[in-house]
Formats: sequence, structure tokens, C-alpha cells
Amino acid sequence: MSLSKDQVQHIAMLARLRIGDDETADVVDKLSRIVEFVDQLQAAPTEGVLPMAHPLNQVQRLRADGVSERVERDLYQQNASAVEDGYYLVPKVIE
Amino acid sequence: MSMAAGELHALTLAELARGLEAGDYTSRELTEALLERVSAVGERLNAFITLTADEALAAADRADRHRAEGKSGPLTGLPIVHKDIFCTRGVRTTCGSRMLDNFVPPYDATVVERLAGAGAVSLGKTNMDEFAMGSSNETSYYGPVRNPWDLARSPGGSSGGSAAAVAARLVPAATGTDTGGSIRQPAALTGTVGLKPTYGRVSRHGMVAFASSLDQAGVITRSAEDAALLLGAMAGFDERDSTSVEEPVPDYRASLDEPLSGLRVGIVRQHFDAGLDEETGRRVREAIAVLEAQGASVREVDLPNLDLSVPTYYVVAPAECSSNMSRFDGVRFGHRAADADELLELYCNSRGEGFGAEVKRRILTGTYVLSAGYYDAYYLKAQKVRQLIADDFRKAFAEVDLIAGPTAPTPAFALGDKTDDPITMYLNDIYTIGANLAGLPGVSVPCGFADGLPVGLQLVGGHFAEETILRCAHQYQQLTDWHAECPEDFR
Repeated sequence: MSLSKDQVQHIAMLARLRIGDDETADVVDKLSRIVEFVDQLQAAPTEGVLPMAHPLNQVQRLRADGVSERVERDLYQQNASAVEDGYYLVPKVIE
Repeated sequence: MSMAAGELHALTLAELARGLEAGDYTSRELTEALLERVSAVGERLNAFITLTADEALAAADRADRHRAEGKSGPLTGLPIVHKDIFCTRGVRTTCGSRMLDNFVPPYDATVVERLAGAGAVSLGKTNMDEFAMGSSNETSYYGPVRNPWDLARSPGGSSGGSAAAVAARLVPAATGTDTGGSIRQPAALTGTVGLKPTYGRVSRHGMVAFASSLDQAGVITRSAEDAALLLGAMAGFDERDSTSVEEPVPDYRASLDEPLSGLRVGIVRQHFDAGLDEETGRRVREAIAVLEAQGASVREVDLPNLDLSVPTYYVVAPAECSSNMSRFDGVRFGHRAADADELLELYCNSRGEGFGAEVKRRILTGTYVLSAGYYDAYYLKAQKVRQLIADDFRKAFAEVDLIAGPTAPTPAFALGDKTDDPITMYLNDIYTIGANLAGLPGVSVPCGFADGLPVGLQLVGGHFAEETILRCAHQYQQLTDWHAECPEDFR
């Protein structure tokens, strides 16, 4: 199945991913080939088969509801490009 | 030092451990020798992203001190390197991406912590496909790694830097990660041993996530014995990984010397179909004959849905990838676009600039198969086919102890050969992906050469059958010398 340029731009917006004009043709072409390739799954008979989400069918572990981590905000924020007074800076979102 | 420093690089971890224990050389001498070798001949391979010489020498001195105080363990003073996907406190961890070019983790991955705790000395961080998404190391932001057997060829991927470094005798062992073959395929293409343990066997904490139901950490070494040694130190329950398994960790070296008589080896007819390079197929059959001559019984088993494993993987893995990659927002860590007037633009531009082409393709594929209207047709369908594939393995392992076959369909291919067509690249993992989908352990062992390039034999076992596949690999290495072959320019 071939994807259209508009479809790819829509998916890119859902993924919050800017695709440059110079990339678009290549992305549309290769993504179409990938979708075409995985389309062969449609022919597999899977009636009554349970979907498998996890290789070991584990159950989520629970732990006691206690404090287990320390706050090391200054250390963590060293990896951020823009911080001020312990806050992360982003472009203005409220007018 | 009784042994010339120039020869230490040729030794395995097990051999080095004996030399250190005997006092033939110190960990500092060993570390200095290897660091020197890395800077002398390593450059050509582009196998490293970051070298940590100072930290390594400090760790080596610590190891020597511990040994002098009688506090040494099985890994004390032994040199290793980490794939740059494992977080290292205070040492930048790029994951092969522009997105994380400046990322300095505030904590160590459990794998890093455990190996350091056992006394291993890390020399640095190895190059890899961007976010482990690739089979050739060509998607790295830091440029492709070169295969020491032929510098014009790919070492495979995504753990290509780890594999090339071990193959070229820059270091005896390296960590890696395997989501669809990323340890075993580069091991096959470089003539090294690559072990992917059972899903959940080794903690994923601090390992940058790609596809969380498939990712597993492992090792690349030159001998199965060394892989057993390292796995013993890495494996085990970790409360910081919610999918870590609470199973006791055996001494993986204890059973290596048990003979192969009675071992039931399965071979899969479809593994030897048209897609397999003829010469590669011959080497693999010869290797299986060696196992048979040692008393293993060989019988055919059927994996009827093998052909569906690659398309299944390329729905499941991108779906999980698109979810995992959503953490990169340009705000808290990672690349942040300079010119963005509003928040949405900041997200889109930071991600658009920070990710390379293959990572973008996988995020988009994953977003597509999870999007409204396509979820059932692709994602749910793939999860059902995944169940069929896992069922095939369950049935096979009722009859055999392990499955032997090729690791990769061809020997190392030329850099640039497969970059135009993602599907050709994806099909490289046809023999390895099944083990990830089913969560099984697998190891690739060098089993000869095709056109002068290494070929890998893959052994896949049932859940938690690491002892079985490592024992088989070790016994095979007692009878063959393929793992002792070294690329000419790196002797």
C-alpha cells in the first residue's frame, strides 16, 4: 500500500516530528515500501489467537508505597538546554 | 611484567584473569597497553565514540589495590567496553545520535554498575547504529564503524563498534544490546561470539530503550567461556527494571565442560532456503556436523511462521520505538532546536533535527501502525502473529534442546550496499529476530569463512537455557579454532 504525502505529513504531526521539504519524497517512498512489506501479515490466519504483548507473560510487580528516590533536580537539569530557578524553560504557552 | 605488553591484546578474559592472578602483569599495565593499542590502530575502525582513559586507569589502580588486599573477584582488573547505549554516570552517553550528543547521565545502568562492581575496567563507549536502529552501523551520527576483516565492509549492527573492537583485539570483551539481532549479527560478521540472553535475564535499567518487549543486554567476546563469565556478573533480578525476572543466576561456567553426547540439536529447513548465501550455508552445515560428531543428535524441526518474523518485528518494534522515543522533547534533555517560537514547533524541530533518517522512519512506521483505524490491522495483528511464532518455538523446544543454524544470511556486506532499501537491510535479521519475538536466548559463534569473511553459527535455546547454548558453543570452540583467527591488519 502506497502512502500519500498528506498521510505522511499527518503521521509526522502525530509523532511531533518535523520532516523537511528535502526529506519528504524519500520518507514517503521508503515508508510506503515498509508498509507494503508488513502488509503480508494480513494473510496470516490468526483467528482465536491471543495477542502477545510480552515474551514471558509476566505480571506487573508491585512494591510498597514508600519513598525510594531522592530529588536531585540540579543534577538532572544539567542536561537541559534552558532552565531558570529550577524550572525548565519553554516558549510561552499562555497568552 | 613477564609477558610483553604487546601481546596482551591477544588474550581472552579468562586468560587475562589467570595472568593478573599470577601477577604476570597488573591491571594498570594491561589497561595502558590496550589504551595504547586503541589509539595506535583503533582509529581506522571508528569503533569508539568516547574513550575514558583517565577513569579506566583509576579503575585499574583500584583493581590492583583490591587484588593486593586479597579482595579480588572473577572480573577484577579485566578490561571491557560498553556500547554507548548504556548510561554511565558522568560520562556522556550518545546512543549514536545527535539527539544525545551532549547527554551526560546522572546515573549508571545496572549492567555498568554490576560489571564495575565486579571489578571490570571500562575503557570507553562504543559506536552503534543510532538508538540501536540499524543492522550495519551506518545510521550512527558519528559515522559507520568499519569491519576489521575488510575496512570497506560493515561490521553489522547495531552493536557494530563493540563487535569491531573485540574482533580487532582492541579489547577482549564488550557489552551490547539485541532487539532483533544487534549482538548476534555483528558478532557473526566480525568473527566474534555474541550472546543475547533470555528476555528479562539482564536488567534493562539505564539502557536507552528502543523496543521494550524485545530489548535485552548481552556481550560480545571471543570465547563462549568469556561470555559465560560476564553473563554471570550481569544477570539477575533488578527491582529497577519492571520486566526483570526473579530467577536464580547459575554459575554459567560450571557446566561448560560437560560433553555434548545426548544433546538434541534441531535444524530448521527454511534456514537453508534460497535466501542463504551458499558458502555461508556450507560452513554452518559443517559446524553442525562437528556437533553431531561429538554425540549430539540432530533432527529437523519446523518453524512454519519464520517468514513472518521480519514483518511482525517491523510492526512491533517501531510501535514500541515510537512510544519510547516520545520522551525526547528537546526540553528536559537532548537536542533542543534553536529557533522555535511556540512549544509545538520546539518539539517538532528538536526531534526533526536530533533524529537521523532511519530513526524517523521507525517512529513514523510505529506511529502509523498505532494510529486510529490502523491499530487492529497492523499492531494487534502483529501481536497475534508474534504469538504464533512463539508457539512454533515452544513446539520445537519440546523436541530439541537448541536450534542450530546460520546467524546472518550473508557474510559482511559493503558499506553503502543496502542503505537505499530499508527492506533489504531489515531482511538481514531474518534468522535472529525470532529469538527476540519469543524472548529466547541465542548465541553466535564463529564457524569459518566464506570468501575470506567470517561466518556465524547461531544457537538458540529455550527460555533460560543460556547454560545449554553456552556449553554447546564452548564445546564447539574446544574442537575448532575459528575464534582464534585474527584479521591480518590487527594481529
